[in-house]
Amino acid sequence: MAWVWFHKFGSPPHFYRLASRLTPWFAWPALLLGCAGLYGGLVLAPPDYQQGDGFRIIYVHAPAAWLSLMVYVVMAVSAAVGLIWRMNVAHAVAASCAPIGASFTALALATGMLWGRPMWGTYWEWDPRLTSELLLLFLYLGYMGLRNAIDDLPRADRASAVLAIVGVVNVPIIHYSVIWWNSLHQAPSVMKFGQPTMPPSMLVPLLLMLAAFTLLFAALLLIRARGQVLRRERSASWIREALA
Amino acid sequence: MSLADFLHMGGYAAFVWPSYALAALVILINILSARRALREGQRAARRRFETGLESRQP
Repeated sequence: MAWVWFHKFGSPPHFYRLASRLTPWFAWPALLLGCAGLYGGLVLAPPDYQQGDGFRIIYVHAPAAWLSLMVYVVMAVSAAVGLIWRMNVAHAVAASCAPIGASFTALALATGMLWGRPMWGTYWEWDPRLTSELLLLFLYLGYMGLRNAIDDLPRADRASAVLAIVGVVNVPIIHYSVIWWNSLHQAPSVMKFGQPTMPPSMLVPLLLMLAAFTLLFAALLLIRARGQVLRRERSASWIREALA
Repeated sequence: MSLADFLHMGGYAAFVWPSYALAALVILINILSARRALREGQRAARRRFETGLESRQP
């Protein structure tokens, strides 16, 4: 059963149709949850007892940082699937992840700087968490640069896949950096075992924003991947139907 | 809470609002560029398909 599903998913016409049908089912809930999360985070949640209203940056910073890591894992796993099973759809998905991941990594860094300035007294510190997150941005940019430098699409897919897979070691380093080293950055308050360290009035909007960003990523990925699938198809008859 | 209080953000307005503005900008750019990437893929495929038909005809 799983094998049949795998084959169907790997079939470009099936993927193309499924992706275009699924996109609104991710995009509209993303908008809805995002609005609810914004209202909860900016209006309903009480000010933090230490950081006052400054803590509200978390509602854009944490979802952006979460996406920066999750998108990289999706990219590396799809790249590996594409490399191992020579699946074009997987390569199309991996290639689509990079610009989305890079933009949200830049957003996580920028909002982190805006949060660091009032709380730590500095925009930037060569701290383990900040440095490893900056390295993640360079990994995304390197991946995109490598793809751009190779004209032959199958070769670009294979070469960039190796880079994506090697770079995945940075993901656990980023996540555990605040635990392994004595970092300025606070420890995770949601992604950890046991009780979250936030009251529900602060936590629920954060979970809504995390869900909204994740759904938005899914919608963006499906749109981009359709374009990438088309680039990899050579005069297949289904394209005529898809473009009609 | 008045609107002015809300916009003041307890003195953190200069950090909170730019963060949200940047987030909105990144999301907007992502939506526009994803749609553009799809259109480019469609245009390239259509072009390839049409030239493929021409080359097959003697």
